[in-house]
Amino acid sequence: MLTQSEIKEIDHEIGLVPYKKAALIESLKIVQKHRGWISNESVTEIADYLELSPAEVDSVATFYNLIFRKPVGKHMILLCDSVSCYVMGYQKIYRALNEKLKIKFGETTTDKRFTLLPNVCLGCCDRAPALMVDEDLYRDVTIEQLDQILEKYV
Amino acid sequence: MERPLTKDIKSDGSYLNIKEYEKAGGYAALRKVIKGMSPAEVQETVRASKLKGRGGAGFSTGMKWSFVPMGEDAPKTKYLICNADEMEPGTFKDRVLLEGNPHQLIEGMIIASYAIQANISYVFLRWAYREAARVIQKSLNEAYEAGYLGEKILGSGFSLHMHLHTGVGRYMCGEETALLNALEGKRATPRAKPPFPQVSGLYGKPTIVNNVETLCCVPHIINNGPQWFIGLSKSEDSGTKIYGVSGKVNRPGAWELPMGVTMGELIEEYAGGMKNGYKLKGALPGGASTDFLTTEHMNVKMDFNSVAAAGSRLGTGTMIVMDDATCPVGFVHNLQHFFAQESCGWCTPCREGLPWVEKILLSLENGGGKEEDIGLLEMHGQLLGPGNTFCALAPGAMEPLQSAIKYFKDDFVEHIKKRGCPYN
Repeated sequence: MLTQSEIKEIDHEIGLVPYKKAALIESLKIVQKHRGWISNESVTEIADYLELSPAEVDSVATFYNLIFRKPVGKHMILLCDSVSCYVMGYQKIYRALNEKLKIKFGETTTDKRFTLLPNVCLGCCDRAPALMVDEDLYRDVTIEQLDQILEKYV
Repeated sequence: MERPLTKDIKSDGSYLNIKEYEKAGGYAALRKVIKGMSPAEVQETVRASKLKGRGGAGFSTGMKWSFVPMGEDAPKTKYLICNADEMEPGTFKDRVLLEGNPHQLIEGMIIASYAIQANISYVFLRWAYREAARVIQKSLNEAYEAGYLGEKILGSGFSLHMHLHTGVGRYMCGEETALLNALEGKRATPRAKPPFPQVSGLYGKPTIVNNVETLCCVPHIINNGPQWFIGLSKSEDSGTKIYGVSGKVNRPGAWELPMGVTMGELIEEYAGGMKNGYKLKGALPGGASTDFLTTEHMNVKMDFNSVAAAGSRLGTGTMIVMDDATCPVGFVHNLQHFFAQESCGWCTPCREGLPWVEKILLSLENGGGKEEDIGLLEMHGQLLGPGNTFCALAPGAMEPLQSAIKYFKDDFVEHIKKRGCPYN
């Protein structure tokens, strides 16, 4: 069941568009904000509410990089793996994160604290390598800074 | 040297709020338009300025606007959308404008909306630009409060509502028809053209999609006139351009410069030359989907026509420099991995071809390369090229690949001979 606050937020989005279906991406964002990820149950609940089939909802949910169809950790690390960061050595940052957190791209730490994902160009190519943790952006990242960055997120 | 788009951006990183923007002359162009210009006059002024789209394609902005149905028989609802989904690898120019001077963009969007008589407008922003999202939302609120947005703007008969929409991450959203599908809550796959969005776009209504930098030029063109804008440039293409350089240079960054500075000036003068111990091997002049230029192109002017004549594209104008210690095969593999991942899967050549290209390049890097691989890669360059796919993603992906084989063929051959990457 969608919660009252989820419904209230989804109704607001429906009010901004010509028909319900057009609020699908916003609805996925809202439910993910409340639940952390989009489960099969969430897909069905959103489908029912917007009068769509679960397959239609899933086709959109699986299309976008930042809609999560698997549970994720409390904090999300998005490491830029695009070309400027490649030239400036994001791979070293990746290996250091592998060692520190014991996870690869797409995985979550056993304590569910962090999920690590690759991300396309974060638009900080002049200050590469770059990564984001949740909503915070870090540029000119060095291996030495990683501990200090990670410890902010408990 | 005039820098209209960036001169008011503060060095402390905070955004220019509405009071500061107005003090610097902001919203004067909107007043001028609302008080004394017809939509046709605004369109004509922008057309006469020869402004070309700064998102990468370089199409005439005035001409694009002119395709929108006008007059009493035109649909009552029309849309103006700012494409702020900056995700082209190596591109970071719109971020500068979005975070530094959001009101300049909003004013440009209101004027553009007036020119085509749009009544609803969206900023389509990528999720990762969190700071931009914060300052744009604040600025929209400020603009509504000041009467620049909403019903009967500045006491005129013109009304416009503007919304911030943040995406959920997909490179395809930068393609204008895919962006429309995303705004409608669908998968971001491209649409067949015609009909063009100018006639049938968002929800089937006439829609203009313009890039951030393009729209930011508009208030200045209105204030100073088309001739002034043409005079800003050093070349046939008018205006200034936000250029950028990334890679192993001394001062990577972005600068607003006259359109038509040379590749050499950008790298040597503005980016401070290559870092100690590195030599320039090649560069993509305008993002991941542009052909390589090399040391022989240092005198090429970075404008749409000159870069095209040199066999590449100006694209977004943000250059990615490849140094002599970076493996061209690995570099291109990184690009093809990106394109294969971001292909929307809508058309077969792109969906099937790009992963194949990626696998061949990876096998070259890992020592599994065969002699026929270079021919296979070249064949993909043809088969995924213009005319064979639904949109420009795969043809764009083939540009750095084909030109890498052209300029750095020895490196590809070496990978096969040495059974692995000689740069490791």
